[in-house]
This record gives sequence, C-alpha cells and structure tokens, in this order.
Amino acid sequence: MTRFNAWNVIKNGLNGQSGWSRQWRDPEPKSNYDVIIIGGGLHGLATAFYLAKNHNIKNIAVLEKGWIGGGNAGRNTTIVRSNYMMPGNHEFYEHSLQLWENLSHELNYNVMFSQRAHVSLFHSPGARDSAARRYNIMRLHGTDAELWDLKTLKKKIPHLNYDDSRFPILGAAVQRRAGNARHDAVAWGYARAADSLGVDILQNCEVTGITRKNGSIESIQTSRGTIKGKKVGFAVAGNTSVLWQMAELGNLPIESHKLQAFVTESIKPLLNQVVVYGVGGAHFYISQSDKGSMVFGGDLDWYKSYAQRGNLPIVQDSAEAAMAILPCLGRIRLLRHWAGVMDMSMDGSFFICKTPISNLYLNAGWNYGGFKASPASGWYFADLIANENPHNYVHNHNLERFEKGINIDERGAGPDPKLHG
Amino acid sequence: MIRINCPYCGERDHSEFSYGGDATINYPSLESSEKEWTEAIFFRKNIRGFQLETWHHSNGCRMWLEVERSTVTHEIKSVRPCHPDLQKVVENNK
Repeated sequence: MTRFNAWNVIKNGLNGQSGWSRQWRDPEPKSNYDVIIIGGGLHGLATAFYLAKNHNIKNIAVLEKGWIGGGNAGRNTTIVRSNYMMPGNHEFYEHSLQLWENLSHELNYNVMFSQRAHVSLFHSPGARDSAARRYNIMRLHGTDAELWDLKTLKKKIPHLNYDDSRFPILGAAVQRRAGNARHDAVAWGYARAADSLGVDILQNCEVTGITRKNGSIESIQTSRGTIKGKKVGFAVAGNTSVLWQMAELGNLPIESHKLQAFVTESIKPLLNQVVVYGVGGAHFYISQSDKGSMVFGGDLDWYKSYAQRGNLPIVQDSAEAAMAILPCLGRIRLLRHWAGVMDMSMDGSFFICKTPISNLYLNAGWNYGGFKASPASGWYFADLIANENPHNYVHNHNLERFEKGINIDERGAGPDPKLHG
Repeated sequence: MIRINCPYCGERDHSEFSYGGDATINYPSLESSEKEWTEAIFFRKNIRGFQLETWHHSNGCRMWLEVERSTVTHEIKSVRPCHPDLQKVVENNK
C-alpha cells in the first residue's frame, strides 16, 4: 500500500498517477481465523482495525454481504457530536469525538472531519432549562458545551427564520467541537488501514448459517464457503435480529426501523454549522456538505421495517421543517433521498457485550447514533473481544440491563423503540 | 404510502394511522417472575417478513387494528379489529 504524503502526491503527479497501489486487497477466505467480524460497515471495519492495532491480533476477517460502506455507512447524515449525559454514554461518545479529531492521521486517510459546531435550537424557556441542564452535565465531564443567546445566534447564523411566532427561536445549545465527516472516506480509511495490518476484508460474503457446538460457535457458513473462527463478533446493526436468530438465540431488545435522509442540489456556501430544530415532536437536522448540497434528515418512518427505502409522509414532514427554519431553501430541489435500517433499542442506547454463547460478542442497537460512534465502537468492541472484560464505559451496555432496571434512556421515552429518535 | 384497509372506514393512507407495534406479545400474570416480565416488555422477535402488528386509526375511527404486514415489502395480507368480539361482529356483517 502506498502511503499518502506530500512526497508521494508530487511524485505521482509527475509520473501520471501510475505509482499508487490498490487501497485494500481482495483476498480469498481462509478456513480459519482468530477473530471473525460479521459486518463490513464502519463499526466492523473499525473493530478489525483496533483489534490489529491495539491488541496485536492479526488473523482477522471482516465478512460483508455486499460491499463495504454500502449499508448504513452510506445512509446517514454524517453528524459527529458528543452531547450525551447518561453515565457510560457521555464518556463513550466523548472518547469517540477525541478519536475523530485525530482519525485522518491515525488512518493516513483524509476523512474530512470538519468541526463546524452543532447548534441545537431551543424555542421555549423550558427547552432552554433542559438544554442548560444537559450542557452543564457535559461541561462537568470535561466536554465543551455552551449556550448561545439570540444575539450571538443571529450573528453566527443570520438567515434562520427568527420571525416564527409559533416557535420563536430563543437561542441554541452549542457544541463547537462537533461537526461532520465524509462517510465514504471513513469506511475506505478504516478498510485500508485494517488491510495494511493484515485484516482480510471479504466482500460479497453473506452469512447463510451459523453452526454451534458445545455452547460455542464452531463455524460460519457463507456464500464464499465455510469459515471457522475462534471468536466471532456481530456488527450488523439493522439486521442484528436476523443473525441473532440464525444463531438460535431468540429475541432481542431491538426493533428495526428505517430512517430517511435527504440531499439537495449544490448551492453556494449557506450554512457553516450543523443545525438541529426540534419542536412539537418534530425533529430535523441540516448541514451543508463540502460539495454544497444541503444534507438533512428527520424522524423515523414510525413503523417497523427492513426496507431500505423511505416513505413520502416523512419527506413532507422534513420539507416542512426545512421551510420552517430555513425559508430561503424554498426553491431548492431535492436530488435524492434514502433510508437506512436502524437497530432501535428499547432504551435508545447501544450494546457492546458478551452473549449467551461463549465465543460470540455483540455490537448492536445504535439507534440514531451509529455514525459518530464508529471509532469508539470499534475501540471498545475490540477491547471486549481481546480482553473478555467490558471496559467501564460499556459495562452496563449489555442485554441484562433491562432485567436489572438500569436502562440507559437519554430521552426517558420508555420501552418503545420508535420513540428513541 | 402504505394503504391500510380499515374494516370500518375503508382503504386509507397509513399517515391517518399511528403505529402500535408487535401484536403477538402475551403479558404474563402479575405473579410471574421478573425474567418473564422483562421478556414481554423489552424483548422482540423483530421479524424480517410477515408479522402481526397493531395500528391505531387515530385520525379516523380511532379503532385499534391488527394488521398482517411484511416488514420487507410492506405488503398487507389482512386487517381486522384487535378486539376478538369486534372481529366476530365484522366477520358476521360481511
């Protein structure tokens, strides 16, 4: 693999770009691996990378049924933030943000991480109090957080709709270190970095069966043959229940729901922050990509679904929210919209944990938060697989927390997966 | 748009309805163990394919309906009232 650096860029600029090697290999599956990670999304690839880098395990395979980065890695709104307040969550997401800050150097791949600030508007004194509480908790834990009054907000983002008498903007809760990254680059960067440490990335390799023997997983049947692994990790958010039942493990505290996102035609620079607007149950977030497109998303489609396509009522809801907050977008045209399948968990928090099978580990339940979590998800899932002992940050992110009554419910929405958006 | 054939109102857009969830949950008796209650409240089959689910016709007749729908294609096989007695009434009036 040719490293990206100034010298190589100049050299290849002079020799017609002929000196670059391919980014990652396309190996044939071996019959045995130390660790098999099922799922070649951001979390699976990051897990393989940190297993190799932090824990010196080299004989690793990542199994992907399609192509890497073709699932939810390419179906999100690329927002990175760490404004969480529940114990476990805030440490975890803050560490993730810190990993993002150095990710391009770590991977030798420009993931285009842009810390442009995450601006969450509030529209009532009650919402301001609630934002102040959350952001004070963040500051007490060493995360950056601030409240902007209306004067500051108007100066920073002058073209928001400040004349809405139904939902007047009073100010915003802001995390300056939050922002966006380029989703494909994250998948490719992790794949390239993992591959260079010896990880086999097996694409078009769909798991078709799981063979258990004496309480552990003996082998995995795939569309590219049978593969044995000493340890197996699931990182297939969206389809976790399907694999879980393939391993005959029964039910999970997860429902699959779909979440849509939208992208418009490119326009000149308009919005230099991630803006979040949430009133009356609506939920809307928007930013502008480096290509100039407005990228935005809203609520779930509300009904359980494995279909990777969205439904029209949510298109209308999101467009209405866009018009409510940024009326200047009225004549912009939508280029595409898509839906990703989310693991919506019963308390809105994720799972990085052991399972009833001794050599099987679970990474699932990412709700709305999968993209930003990718680096820390890989980091702590790799740590669990290598050391068998969950780190303090994730030791309650297991399947037993519901029975123990220690749900990690940021929203306080209760055991209904569709409400944890 | 999914179209749901409400037995009382006829075929309507799904945006008139509110999604309930899994219609096959059996809540255990009050004396049951915490394990059983945890299973009923928090754990789901999360079927990929046809499943029984509840929808509330919240912007229509406000009746709770039991719908058999595919979670992959969104095709609907059957719609009937949730309440067994009402199911009988609807059946008898067909």
